[in-house]
Amino acid sequence: MILLWGSNARETHPIFFHHLLKGVRRGAKLFVIDPRRTSSAQWADTWLGLDVGSDISLANAMGREIIAAGLANTDFIKHSTSHFDEYKACVEKYTLDRAERETGVPGEIIRQTAHTYAKANRAELCWTLGITEHHNAVDNVVALINLALLCGHVGRYGSGINPLRGQNNVQGGGDMGAIPDRFPGFQHVENNDIRAKFEKAWGCKIDPQKGWHVSDMFKAMENGELTALYVLGENPADSEADRHHALKLLIGLKFMVAQDLFYTNTAQLADVVLPAAAGWCESEGTVTNSERRVQRVRKAVPLPEGVRDDTQILYDLARLLGQDWGESDPETIWNELRQLSPMHGGMSYERLEKLGGIQWPCYDESHPGEIYLHGRLWSDPLIGPRAPFSPVEFEPPVDQLDKDFPIRLTTGRRLDSYNTGVQTGRYSSPLRHKEAIDLSPEDGERYHLREGEKVRISSRRGSVIAPVRFDPGLRPGLAFLTMHFHDQVSTNDLTIDAVDPKSGTAEFKATAIRIEKLQEA
Amino acid sequence: MDLHLTSDSATDAEKSAVNGELGKPVSAWEGGQRAAQGDGHVAIRGSPPRDSLLPVLHAVNSRIGWISRGAMNYIALRMNLPPAEIFGVASFYAMFSLEPRPPVVLHVCDDIACMPRGAQALCSAMEKLFGPAGSQDSSGRATWLRSPCLGLCERAPAALLSAAGEVHGERVLAPATSESIQSSLNEAANGHSLGMPDTSQSRTSVPQSGSPQLRLLRRIGHVDPSSADDYTKLGGYQALRKAIDIGPETIVREVIESKLLGRGGAAFPTGKKWEALLQQRGVGRTHYVICNADESEPGTFKDRVVMEGDPFAVLEGMTIAAVAVGAQKGYIYIRGEYPQATLRIENAIKFARAKGFLGAAILGSKYNFDIELRRGAGAYICGEETALFNSIEGYRGEPRNKPPFPTQAGLFRLPTVVNNVETLINIPEIILNGGAAYARIGSANSSGYRLFCLSGHVARPGVYEVAFGATLRSLIELAGGVSGTGKLQAILLGGAAGAFVSPKELDTPLTFEGTRAIGATLGSGVVMLFDDSVDIRQVLVRITEFFREETCGQCVPCRVGTLRQAELLHRLVARKPLGSVAQEIILLKEMAQAMRDASICGLGQTASSALLSAMDRWSLFS
Repeated sequence: MILLWGSNARETHPIFFHHLLKGVRRGAKLFVIDPRRTSSAQWADTWLGLDVGSDISLANAMGREIIAAGLANTDFIKHSTSHFDEYKACVEKYTLDRAERETGVPGEIIRQTAHTYAKANRAELCWTLGITEHHNAVDNVVALINLALLCGHVGRYGSGINPLRGQNNVQGGGDMGAIPDRFPGFQHVENNDIRAKFEKAWGCKIDPQKGWHVSDMFKAMENGELTALYVLGENPADSEADRHHALKLLIGLKFMVAQDLFYTNTAQLADVVLPAAAGWCESEGTVTNSERRVQRVRKAVPLPEGVRDDTQILYDLARLLGQDWGESDPETIWNELRQLSPMHGGMSYERLEKLGGIQWPCYDESHPGEIYLHGRLWSDPLIGPRAPFSPVEFEPPVDQLDKDFPIRLTTGRRLDSYNTGVQTGRYSSPLRHKEAIDLSPEDGERYHLREGEKVRISSRRGSVIAPVRFDPGLRPGLAFLTMHFHDQVSTNDLTIDAVDPKSGTAEFKATAIRIEKLQEA
Repeated sequence: MDLHLTSDSATDAEKSAVNGELGKPVSAWEGGQRAAQGDGHVAIRGSPPRDSLLPVLHAVNSRIGWISRGAMNYIALRMNLPPAEIFGVASFYAMFSLEPRPPVVLHVCDDIACMPRGAQALCSAMEKLFGPAGSQDSSGRATWLRSPCLGLCERAPAALLSAAGEVHGERVLAPATSESIQSSLNEAANGHSLGMPDTSQSRTSVPQSGSPQLRLLRRIGHVDPSSADDYTKLGGYQALRKAIDIGPETIVREVIESKLLGRGGAAFPTGKKWEALLQQRGVGRTHYVICNADESEPGTFKDRVVMEGDPFAVLEGMTIAAVAVGAQKGYIYIRGEYPQATLRIENAIKFARAKGFLGAAILGSKYNFDIELRRGAGAYICGEETALFNSIEGYRGEPRNKPPFPTQAGLFRLPTVVNNVETLINIPEIILNGGAAYARIGSANSSGYRLFCLSGHVARPGVYEVAFGATLRSLIELAGGVSGTGKLQAILLGGAAGAFVSPKELDTPLTFEGTRAIGATLGSGVVMLFDDSVDIRQVLVRITEFFREETCGQCVPCRVGTLRQAELLHRLVARKPLGSVAQEIILLKEMAQAMRDASICGLGQTASSALLSAMDRWSLFS
C-alpha cells in the first residue's frame, strides 16, 4: 500500500510518480489524502478529500481505529518504541465521528483507510508540503510518524516514512549543514564536543548559539537586529508569505548580496549581485536525493563569462576577508567533510563512482551504506534508543474562515512550473496556462462567474486580481492558486506568515479569502 | 488515472447501454451525477476489470448501431481507462463502427464459398437497392456491407442482418435471396424485433443425419439443443460422470493415448497441452480452459453447426477438460457473426448450471467449474489463441510472441488450455471408450473422427463426419459429387490459409500425413469445390484481399506482405506485371518466405499458401 499524504506527486515529483505507478500497476493500493482531487488523487484507489489543516485529526482517528480494531503491531511497539500509553490516551478522543466533523471525510472511509494501512504487508507513507506548510508542520509530521510506529511500517523493505524532497539536492543542503542549528552530518551546533571538533579542524572559534532560520531572520529585520543579508539561490522577495510585509523588510536592509543563476526580484533589490554557476552542469560535487543517496555531479559545460562556481565565490570572499583557504577543489572539500561528518566517512569519490552513489550513513570504506534508515528498530536486541510516540493535538489553521473571508485558499504547484518560477518561468511549456484561481463549479455558479472572468481575491493581508477557472476536483468553499507567476498573480500578497515555531515554515497552505466579482467594464 | 477527455458527452441511451453491463455509476468521478459535498470529500475507484471492455463496446454498438466519442468518453470514466485505449480496441473490430451508422446493417457475404453460389448476383441486387456497399437506404435506417465468410457456406449465399436498439435483433439469412432480404429489412426497419429461425436446419447442415455410423454428429437434428434433459437422455454427460470418477491423471492419460490432435488447424496433441497444466497443479496459480469457437476461416462452419445442434456436447467436453487440468473457470470465445450459436450456447450454459453440470460441486463432486461466454466482434485474427487472450482481456486482439506458450502464460498470463469446439466434442468419445480404442480409429498418425465442411460446387454441401483415412474422392462422393457444370476444376483444402489441390489429387487420403505429402493441409476441415466455370484468379483475389483486411498490422512482414501480395495479384490479373510475370512470381515467393519466416503468428505465415499452391498447380497468368 502506498499512502500519499498532502502530496500531488504526479505533478510535483513526476519521476518519482512513475516509479510509484509501477507499484500501482503491480497491484499496490494507492490512497491519496489531499484537500483537492489532484491528478495524483485520480490514480488512487481511494481519495480522502480532507479539509485543509485537519490532518492531525485524521491521523489520530486512524490511530485510534487501528488500536481499537486490534490491528496495532504490539510486538513492535513493545520492542522498539516508547510513550505508547500517552499516545493511546491522546488519540482516544479522536473518534471517527469527531474526525468526520473536523475533516469532512466520512468516518467509514477513514476506518477503511486505517484498516488497509494497518493490514498491509508493506506500506509506504509519503508526504510533502501539504503536511509541512502549516503553522503546526512538525506536529503534522509527528502524527504521521506515530501511525507508522503503531503499525511497524518503518525500517523494513517496502515499508517506511518518506518526505518527498522538492529538488534533487534539498536533502544535500541539510546534510551539509545549511540548517541554523546543525553542522554537516546533522551534528548539533550547541553540543560542546562537536563544536570543539569543528573549531579544531577549522582553526577558529564558532558561535556556541544556533543561528536563525528564515522566519527568524525576517523577525530580526523587523527588530533591527539584522541589517545585512547574503542570499544564495533563494528568492524571498517572491517566496515569503505575506509578501508585502517581507518586501518592506528586504528594502529596509542596509546591505544585501544576492548570489544566483538569474536576476531574480530579490537580486534586483540587492546592492551586489554575484552570478553563480548552475550546480547540475557547471560544477563538480555531489548531491543527495530523497533516499539519502549521495551521488556525484560532474561539470559538463564551461562556465559562462563572468560566472564563478559557488565554492569559488566563497573562497574568493574568504581571501578578501583575510582568510586564505587555498585552491577551491571539490574533492578536497568533500574529503574534509568525510573527516568531520561520521555518516559520510566511507564515501570517497572513488566509491561513489563505483557504487553509483551511496545511501548514508556510511561510516567507513567497508560500509555499503544503508537501504533503510530505521532498520535498527527491528534488531534484537534493539540497537540504539527506542522510537518515541509523540502525542499531538489537532489545531485548525491560524487564518480562520468567517463571513467576510468564507473561502479556504490553498496553494501548490503545477507540473510545468517550479515555485516562484525563477527556474521555469522563462521557458515555454505547452501545458502552461496563465495563472488563474481554481474554484469549484458550484462556487462559480454561486458568484455568477464565467470561466476566464477576472475576480478580486482578498485576504486579511492583501488582495489580488486573477481570472477564474473551474476545477471539479475542488468542492464548494475551497480555492487553489500557485505562486509560479508573481507578475500575473502575486499569491503571497494573500498568504499568512503564521510560522511553525519548530521548523520555521509558514502556513502557505491555509488562507482565508473572499471572492468579489469585478464590475464589468 | 488522470483522464483527459474530449468535450463530447454520451447520450442517455449510450450511458444506459454501458450501465447495463457495468451497473450504475456510484459517483461523479465515474460519470455519475455530481454531489458536490460527497464527491468533494471522497473518491473510491470501483472500476470494473479491463476485460469488461469488449462486452461494453458490444453493448453500445448493438444498442446504438455505432460507438461515438461521447460513448467512449463515458466508458473511459466508468472504466478508468484512457480514451485512446478504448478507441484502439473499438477500432480493432470490424463489427464496431466509430462513425455514425444506421441501426440496421445488412452484411452480405461475398467470400469464396458464396462466390460460386450466387454471391455476386446478390451483391448486385443490393447495389441496385441501396447503392454501393456502405450506402444507406432512403429512410436512413439501414445500410449494407460486404462481408468476409459468415460461416454459413452449406446454405450459401449468406447474409446477416443486425438491428441495433433496445432489443438487439439479429437474423441469419441463408440461403439469402433478394426477396428474403427485402422482407427482413422491412421488418427491421419497422421496428419489429428479428426472431431466430427454427432448429430444423441442423438436419440440412448435416446431410448424413440419421446414419448409425455417426459419433460426433449423431445427436444433431435429433436432440433438442435447448434441453439438458434431452441431451442426457441421448447419452450426454455419461462421459463427465466417468471422468470425475477416474480423475485428472487418468483423463489426461486417456487423451494422450487417444493421440487426439487439435482440430482447429494447428494439429497439436491435445493430451500434451492438458498434461502441461496437470503438471503445474499445486503451484497455486489459477488455470483456465478456453473453447476457441471463433470459427472464422473462410469455408469453415462445422463448429457453428455443432454449437447450434448439440451445444451441451461442447460444454461437456470443456468440463472434462477443466476437471483434468484443474480449471475452475472457462471461457467460450465465440465468433461475433454467430448469433444462433451464441443463443444456443448461452441457453445451454444456463441449463447446465441449473442442473448441476456447471457451477460449484459439479454432479456432487469436489470439482467446481463455470463458463463465461465471450463474443468476438469481427476479427479473424482472434482465432489465434494468444490474440484471443488479448481480446478477452479487453486489449486489441493482437497475437503475442511465443514463448511463453499458453500452457505457461495464457489468459491473464496464467496457465491456459485452448481447445477447438470439434476437439472438445471428441473428448466424451475418448473417455467413454478409452484412449486406446480411439487411437485405433483412423490412420496411424491421424486418429479418430474428423469433420469436414463441404461447400461450393458440391451436390449436398454440409458438415460430414468420417474416420480419418477416407480419400478426398470418397468424401466428395459421400456429398453427392460435383454440382454446377459437373466438371471439377479445383478444390480448396483447409480454408484461405490452406491450399488448392487439383482433380488429379482426389485419391489423397484426408489425414494429416496424407495432405502434408501433397503440400496441402487439412486446416480447419474445409473442402471447397470449384467447377470449371469459376475464374480461379478471382478466388485468389478474394483470398488475398481477405488477408489484407484481416492482418492485425502488428508485425511488419504480415502488415506489408499481405498488402503487397494483394497488389501484386491485382497486377497479374490486370495483365500489367511489373517487369515480367516470372519476375513477379519470384517477388511473390520471396515475400511469402519473409512472411513465413518473420511473422509473429500463423496469419502471416500462411497468408500466401493458397495463392502459391494454385500457382504451382496451374499456369494462371501466362
